[in-house]
Amino acid sequence: MNTPTTTKNSNPVQTFFWLLKREYWEHRGGFFWGPLIAGGVVIAITVLSLVIAEATAARHGVNLNGMNLDTISHNMTPDQIATFNAGLTVGLMGLSLPIMVTLCFVVFFYLLGALYDDRRDRSVLFWKSLPVSDLDTVLSKIAAAVFVAPLFAIAAVIALQLAFLVVITVWTSLHGINPLPLLWNPAPLLSMWVKLLLLIPINALWALPTVGWLLLCSAFARSKPFLWAVAVPVALGVIIGFSHLLQQFSIPGTWYWRNIVGRILFSLIPGGWLGIGGSGSLSALTTGDNVNFPFNKADFIESILGWDRMFAALTSADLWIGVAAGTGLIVAAIYFRRQRIETSV
Amino acid sequence: MNDASAITTNIVHARGLTKRYGTAVALDHVDFDIAAGRIVGLIGPNGAGKTTALKAILGLAEFEGQLSVLGLDPRTHRTELMQQVCFIADVAVLPRWLRVADAVDFVAGVHPRFSREKCLAFLARTKIQSKQRVRELSKGMIVQLHLALVMAIDAKLLVLDEPTLGLDILYRKEFYQSLLNDYFDEEKTILVTTHQVEEIEHILTDLIFIKEGRLIVNASMDDIAERYTEVMVGVDKVEAARALNPLNERGIFGKTVFLFDGVDRKRLAELGELHKPSVADLFVATMKGTYA
Repeated sequence: MNTPTTTKNSNPVQTFFWLLKREYWEHRGGFFWGPLIAGGVVIAITVLSLVIAEATAARHGVNLNGMNLDTISHNMTPDQIATFNAGLTVGLMGLSLPIMVTLCFVVFFYLLGALYDDRRDRSVLFWKSLPVSDLDTVLSKIAAAVFVAPLFAIAAVIALQLAFLVVITVWTSLHGINPLPLLWNPAPLLSMWVKLLLLIPINALWALPTVGWLLLCSAFARSKPFLWAVAVPVALGVIIGFSHLLQQFSIPGTWYWRNIVGRILFSLIPGGWLGIGGSGSLSALTTGDNVNFPFNKADFIESILGWDRMFAALTSADLWIGVAAGTGLIVAAIYFRRQRIETSV
Repeated sequence: MNDASAITTNIVHARGLTKRYGTAVALDHVDFDIAAGRIVGLIGPNGAGKTTALKAILGLAEFEGQLSVLGLDPRTHRTELMQQVCFIADVAVLPRWLRVADAVDFVAGVHPRFSREKCLAFLARTKIQSKQRVRELSKGMIVQLHLALVMAIDAKLLVLDEPTLGLDILYRKEFYQSLLNDYFDEEKTILVTTHQVEEIEHILTDLIFIKEGRLIVNASMDDIAERYTEVMVGVDKVEAARALNPLNERGIFGKTVFLFDGVDRKRLAELGELHKPSVADLFVATMKGTYA
């Protein structure tokens, strides 16, 4: 430090911790309550459906009692058990979809407001009066978007899945069925959760172009960052479409929408990089060639959340070009964070 | 650097400080120094360049020319500078969602020169509750909170930009009283802009008048008392007074009050009763024609 008057210095790690905490304080509603409420709604719908199913069954005199899952499970081959587990895992993942969708929306609008809202209410003058660099500020917002918010969402996913299993357990027990050996198999649950956590850094890398673009609009816009973020790429796309610019270079017209618009607006969607893996079930699903899930192989989750897929993504040019572009956008966002304090509203 | 000594003794050192917004010139080659232990009032009409000057000092705006604050360039060293410089802009810049206790925790977490004990002691004198959010506080209480946060920081320079705007007289008096009694000492320097000149003139040690991007007056209060004199002149001597080239004249109770800059007191005493002009009168006189 070349400041002659400074005797004490900030601890950068501590500062960063407080910056993250600051983001959490401001966005507790989105980061914490949003996913939790989405999960709560799923559970509420589940319970409601079961109650309706019970009522309907009672009205029509259907008797569910006496089924013995216990015996069924005893008679199942290991292959069948594995298939059941895979099906259950897929089902549990499907249940978590509302939470992931909530997370996407929360993070999208969080980033759009991250460097704009405090300029609009002028509290940026307070934040800038503290010994915190613009670099640290922007980095803390990125970390909140790609690490803190997903961690809360995954915690909500785990809570939802456990709650769902409890509901199903209670329901089946009411019918004299012991679901414990089949439903409460810890291995597939744990492996799913660990993988969800491991996906966070890959999702983060994949999301960087969107993160960078939204932050840039947030730091740059004097008003209406949402319009900047969406209207600019769309308008550009329309112009390119009308002028047949890309076709001049024998690039298909969809290239811009998929590789530019898709990447700067939609890369926050978790697992957006899964298509990179090549011939797996997901690309089959998207091309419609073969919609048979490999349930019999019991590795559906294995195949979407497989190591080979993560590896394929991490070694793909798609991902790293995006990282480079995203970093560039973030640098631009930091530049505008330094320059721009006023908004026009 | 050729005048390194000036940089080390002065808290703020500006030479040829210029800021343009497009074609409009907000600051036009301004030179000034602010020494340690002073309370400087930066006074000017709306749009004169006060806030622009403060922003340059705080590293919140680009500028041309030479400016060093505590020996640092605010453009490139804002983060380091903010360890030694505190800043209160006009009210309502504390984020509305922030809780009082969280605000204290946050500043304690990121500011190495912040004393939590001091801050809590200041807050204990107010009606502010630690669980309250800023949005639940009145304007006056928000300023009290901001002041408590800032006074608990052991900084060299405190910059205040219209800190009491929109507050009632009780809060305004208390604000400056706290600053003087609990914060200010010879180690600290305060730079303040305000339109309520009459309320702070007794605490100022230095005065800078700024008009259309230029400094009109830049002097210590003692010098100003030396230089400027008001004379209350009867009808018979009005012409004689006008001949001495007064800055301003205004009528009061059938007499005329003239304001003179640097005219010999003995000569003025022959014209009528001498007064020390208030900063507000001086301001009005020097800013004549600003909005015309």
